[in-house]
Amino acid sequence: MALTKEQVLHVAKLARLALSDDEIEKFQRQLSVILDHAEKVMALADDGVPATAHALPLSNVFREDVAEPCLPQDKALSTAPESEQGRFKVPRIMEDPT
Amino acid sequence: MNYEAVIGLECHVELNTESKMFCGCPTTFGGEPNTRTCPVCLGEPGSLPVPNRRAVESTMMIGLALGCRVAPHSLFHRKNYFYPDMPKNYQISQYDLPLCIGGRLDVEVAGTKTTVGITRVHLEEDTGKSLHIGTTGRISEAKYSLVDYNRAGIPLVEVVSEPDIRSAAEAQRYVAELRSILEALGVSDVRMEEGSMRCDANISMREPGGEFGTKVEIKNLNSIRSVGRALTFEIERQRKALEAGQALLQETRHFDESSGVTKTLRSKEEAFDYRYFPEPDLLPISATADWVSALESSLPELPQARRARLAAEHGLSVEQAHAVGASVASTGYFEGTVAAGANGRDAAVWMAGELGRALNNAGVGIQDARVSPAQLADLIRLVGAETVNLNTAKRVFQMAFESGDDPGVIIGREGMAQVSDEGALATAIAAVVASNATEVERFRAGEEKVFGFLVGQVMRETKGKANPALVNDLLRKVLTTGGA
Amino acid sequence: MSELWQLSATEIAMRIANGEISAVEVAEAHNARIEALEPEINAFITPTPDIARAQAKAIDERRATGAPLPPLAGVPLALKDVICVDGVRTTAGSRILDAYVPPYSGTVVHMLADAGTLLVGKANMDEFAMGSSTENSAYGVTKNPWDLARVPGGSSGGSAAAVAAGMAPIGIGTDTGGSIRQPASLCGVVGMKPTYGRVSRYGLIAFASSLDQIGPFARNVRDTALLLNAIAGHDPKDSTSIPDPVPQYLDGLDAGIDGLRIGIVKESLSEGTQPGVAGRFKDAIETLTSLGGEVEEVSLPSFAHALSAYYLIAPAECSSNLARYDGVRYGMRADAPTVSEMNARTRAQGFGDEVKRRVMLGTYALSAGYYDAYYGKAQKVRTLVIRDFDEAYQKFDILVSPTSPTTAFKIGEKADDPLAMYLNDLFTIPSNLAGAPAISIPCGLAEDGLPVGLQIMGPLLSESLLLRAAFAYESARGPAERPPL
Ligand SMILES: [Mg+2]
Ligand SMILES: [Zn+2]
Repeated sequence: MALTKEQVLHVAKLARLALSDDEIEKFQRQLSVILDHAEKVMALADDGVPATAHALPLSNVFREDVAEPCLPQDKALSTAPESEQGRFKVPRIMEDPT
Repeated sequence: MNYEAVIGLECHVELNTESKMFCGCPTTFGGEPNTRTCPVCLGEPGSLPVPNRRAVESTMMIGLALGCRVAPHSLFHRKNYFYPDMPKNYQISQYDLPLCIGGRLDVEVAGTKTTVGITRVHLEEDTGKSLHIGTTGRISEAKYSLVDYNRAGIPLVEVVSEPDIRSAAEAQRYVAELRSILEALGVSDVRMEEGSMRCDANISMREPGGEFGTKVEIKNLNSIRSVGRALTFEIERQRKALEAGQALLQETRHFDESSGVTKTLRSKEEAFDYRYFPEPDLLPISATADWVSALESSLPELPQARRARLAAEHGLSVEQAHAVGASVASTGYFEGTVAAGANGRDAAVWMAGELGRALNNAGVGIQDARVSPAQLADLIRLVGAETVNLNTAKRVFQMAFESGDDPGVIIGREGMAQVSDEGALATAIAAVVASNATEVERFRAGEEKVFGFLVGQVMRETKGKANPALVNDLLRKVLTTGGA
Repeated sequence: MSELWQLSATEIAMRIANGEISAVEVAEAHNARIEALEPEINAFITPTPDIARAQAKAIDERRATGAPLPPLAGVPLALKDVICVDGVRTTAGSRILDAYVPPYSGTVVHMLADAGTLLVGKANMDEFAMGSSTENSAYGVTKNPWDLARVPGGSSGGSAAAVAAGMAPIGIGTDTGGSIRQPASLCGVVGMKPTYGRVSRYGLIAFASSLDQIGPFARNVRDTALLLNAIAGHDPKDSTSIPDPVPQYLDGLDAGIDGLRIGIVKESLSEGTQPGVAGRFKDAIETLTSLGGEVEEVSLPSFAHALSAYYLIAPAECSSNLARYDGVRYGMRADAPTVSEMNARTRAQGFGDEVKRRVMLGTYALSAGYYDAYYGKAQKVRTLVIRDFDEAYQKFDILVSPTSPTTAFKIGEKADDPLAMYLNDLFTIPSNLAGAPAISIPCGLAEDGLPVGLQIMGPLLSESLLLRAAFAYESARGPAERPPL
């Protein structure tokens, strides 16, 4: 199916990608081709077929509830683009969490 | 028009496991920021989650306590949205295959019982916390924010109710009852003020039995009181709007504690698209019948059963059973007092009265009460033995609560023992009769109500320590026989 | 006598254990080889000669004490730059992680160090392992040692090229849809994707979590088996790790394949397959038959559809896995007044074209209203692929196909046509969807003088069998051709 520009913009917003107009146009075209191809094949899978999320027949893997050593604060923050007061520093948060 | 409220609650409960949901970091409160973190809970590239068995079992126990079915097959899903508090920008949660489904919780308000359906109980991970730096510390006015991931990955259980609640009072009762169940299970600290339990409320109005109205969600109510205040406000707001013929918006609102008002947080158009899909890093959970029945048989006594037992064993009223059986700690206190020799009803009265007041004033929980159950039993015994009268006993209790000293010691030290010595009382009565000639005359003339005043004067004369029954007897004898 | 860089891992380990050569000599020989060839090949994002040297010194000191040496003591190793090493820059081929130095090491990194390997460098790759040519690396394409105008395949192109060019006798890659086997095929080396869960993914920067698997590269089957033993095993840090004990893969390696039932995947013999590739594949079938293999054609109808399912599942998972690259905790950060703007600009500047394309595709495939049509359907096709394999393995012990429909293509040739590029993985993807193991071994040169790979596939945990079949074939055909370097 052909994606509309609005759909591509919406997806870019969900994916947090500040795309250029050229990129929007290009992805609109390319994604449409890929999805088109996919759709034809997907028609094979009827409702009777169960979905596979994990290829292996494993289940119930747990760890025991035991506390383990943590990273020291300076190591936890060593990768941070910016930090302050032992915390990761970020620009203004405009939206509230869900 | 007669509108009724339709309310459903989603309560998030932090479990009290030793370690986080998917890594070994400790869950202890406090600590320097970002010192309870590791590659997993920081969402470092390449790190992988491994679920905490105890968290899974605690969730199943909550479900069982709420009469849910533990699903034979459940799955973790990823809930995708961007937020800096969330290290991976997805939350590992559950979606269409939660751990527990379909339970119930009975709530009773003013003698009316309601059964609230439980839709599901599922397990997820908590986020980190941000500090908003700016003039007010409020997110909307912050210049920038600072993120601490110590809380990221703490196991969080979500209990979702059916929209079966009809009033703010019922909602409060529901949260209180849920809290008391969680406390009985010992799976959470349930300290709402520390954020270990918080609720979101969905609320709409309808004509009784009619179609559901437009649904509003109120986020992050962090005390039982807030649940009540927010819903009371919101029900009124919606009722007024409907009566004025205004349409309500489907939106998410936030409750402002200081003003007691709910405010728009975002409207439906900004709703998120979470793109749930099965978490590929985690395997399914298969709850075998053996596993579930082992958990079921390990369930402790739950509040409802506890209250019924307390009422039956000790002859308590419904209200007394509720008060005494409010928590495991409170029940323990009560049972300790009874075991130390007190009568159950006396213990219940003291706990509901003096002890409750003292705890409230001190702002501490019953586990921190400085009067032990044995000490309370002792005080109750001293009242029964007429060593102190009831009013003095209340003062003794207050002093014991402040000092931690034994009531007997306080009574001895402060000379608070009840005066039952007839000679001493006769002297006090004589003094009162002598100095209140007018009142004595009026009584003798048939004005019965003056008697109470004269008893009071004798009590004053003895600094409140006189045995009131004895004073009554002796005074009446003196006044009616004319002797002194 | 051969140069040190020409020796196999088995020979190096043996000679060091014997005291014939020192581990430091081996490290220096390979460091020098890398230094000499890197300007042309670009197999590494970050060469780590100092680490190799230090590890070699420790091996030599240990040998001097007379203590027993681990199985790969003193063997140089190229590690795909998608696996975290504590204190060593790890980029996943992306600009967004250009300055990222992980605070921890992946499980295989510890295991490889314990096995005695010397880390000579972090190998080049397609960004976040998305690609089949290494052209998507933010650090420049790796050149195929057979022809510097051609790609080495991908995404583990750096590791494959390094092993082919003698920069290291062994390498570690990752395979999500063929990313070990296809570059192994294009570079003329052995590459294996183990059963999903056989090797821990802890510390592997995720592309598509339900498909990713770490595996070995080497120039012969014996070295491959040795390296697989070094990295396979249960890891409590990876929930999807298989608890079953790991066999000794060298045991019974030379037991032959007499009577082995071998299925030729009919769907891999389409007209899209390059004639030279088809030719070498037919030769390989003859060799297998001559060794006593009972060869027959088998049809796996879902094989052709696996590609489409893969190109929904992998992007969907990657769209979520890559959400964490937001400029908050690590990696690149673009300037912006608000967090959401900062996230969006960082990601736009930090990710390359292919990554953005797949993130977009995956986000769309998971979004409200499309999940069932795309992701949900793809998961069902995945079931069909597994069923086809299960049915085939009722009749056959192993299945064979060419690894890749073509030999190495020219740099830039397919860069503008994502769909054409995706076709490279046509034969390798089904094994990833099924979680099953598969190996690619060199089976001669095509009409263009470039290497062709034979893919051998087997059911879950059949690594021993695959290695045995590959070893029998390799022994019969003789050592693989080496590139003219
Ligand atoms: Mg939730
Ligand atoms: Zn952690």
